Amino acid sequence: MPILSEIVLSLVVFAILYFLVAKFVVPNFEKAYADRTAAIEGGIEEAQAAQKEAQAALEKYNAQLADARHEAAAIREEAREQGAQIVAEMRQQAQAEADRIVAAAQAQIAAERQQAIAQLKAEVGGMATELAGRIVGESLADSDAQRRTVQRFIDELEGSAN
Amino acid sequence: MPTAVLGSDEFHAPSPASFDLPAVFNLGFDVTKPMLLLALSVPVIVLFFWAASKERAVVPSKLQFVGEYVYGFVRNGVARDSIGSQDYLRFVPLLFSLFTFIVLNNYYSLIPFLQFPSFSRFSFVLPLALLVWVVYNAVGVRKHGLVGYLKHVCIPPGVTGPVLALIIPLEFLSTILVRPATLALRLFANMFAGHLLLILFATGAAFLIFDSGNAWYAPVGVLSFILGILVSFLEVLVLFLQAYVFTLLTAMYIGGALADEH
Repeated sequence: MPILSEIVLSLVVFAILYFLVAKFVVPNFEKAYADRTAAIEGGIEEAQAAQKEAQAALEKYNAQLADARHEAAAIREEAREQGAQIVAEMRQQAQAEADRIVAAAQAQIAAERQQAIAQLKAEVGGMATELAGRIVGESLADSDAQRRTVQRFIDELEGSAN
Repeated sequence: MPTAVLGSDEFHAPSPASFDLPAVFNLGFDVTKPMLLLALSVPVIVLFFWAASKERAVVPSKLQFVGEYVYGFVRNGVARDSIGSQDYLRFVPLLFSLFTFIVLNNYYSLIPFLQFPSFSRFSFVLPLALLVWVVYNAVGVRKHGLVGYLKHVCIPPGVTGPVLALIIPLEFLSTILVRPATLALRLFANMFAGHLLLILFATGAAFLIFDSGNAWYAPVGVLSFILGILVSFLEVLVLFLQAYVFTLLTAMYIGGALADEH
């Protein structure tokens, strides 16, 4: 029975196997494991970065949206104020125009009245004289005294009227 | 040699002598088939796993996946779980070599024409068990110092008083002396018995059917043949299991020697 040779052979063969496995097999598998771990961790980090970026973009858009809303509100407010101002101005202008028209109309009326009074004075004097002449039977038409009497009468009238 | 007399012919039942194969050739010592098979396992293992691992791909090919499956089984399932995640990596080459070496040499027993489990030769098993013994004790002594290691081995924590007089020799015996013997015997005896059983059923079937000269024995021979096939399937399990147990125990012994406390 080749017992000693078998013992030695078993040791030698296993030693060779151990050496080759430790040198050529284990490092390769460990490298693959390490690479895979790195790849998976890298992927996770990448995903986290992408998520962070997306979050930042979302926040930015939200901020922009809020700004835009704010701006729109400000514009609306301004427009409303402007509208109110325009309305007020227009009202003021219309008021002024109306006042002006009323004033002009009053002035015209006053002028016309003045004119009518003057005309009336002249006509009333003539008519009253003529009437008085007919009543007393004698024409006083051309007499200066007559004209003075009429004038005095009218003045008295005006004085009492005032 | 035990024999059984059946009919006119003699049936030679398999015996330990069946494991002493004739020399294939002579190189100053006899070179036998088990020796050649044992040596053959080195290039087979190394070439296969080198081919499987040489791409080092992040996304493995089928071959790399198979290689990694076996490697991961030993690395994570045996080494890391038994030794602990701090120290296991430096023992992975040893455990992986042991596991693949024993598995392949065991499965020789079911491969046609090879049909011999190398480790049914005790002289092949013994050096491996002694190697394991040297490794785990050396690792323990290096970590705890010689006295510290002996204390670590012999005195379970929490045990004090006179009972130590009983415990210390027992622990020493079981850890230092019995372990290599059981490790070697378990593997050897399983391989030896399994192969013996297969030889028995195979040669028995052949004798009963063809050589006994008695037609009534033929059905028993068929039964023997069927039993041989069933035992072969059992062996598929046992061959793997023994390699696994040997590797796992090695890892546990190393882990125990390295442990800070029990």
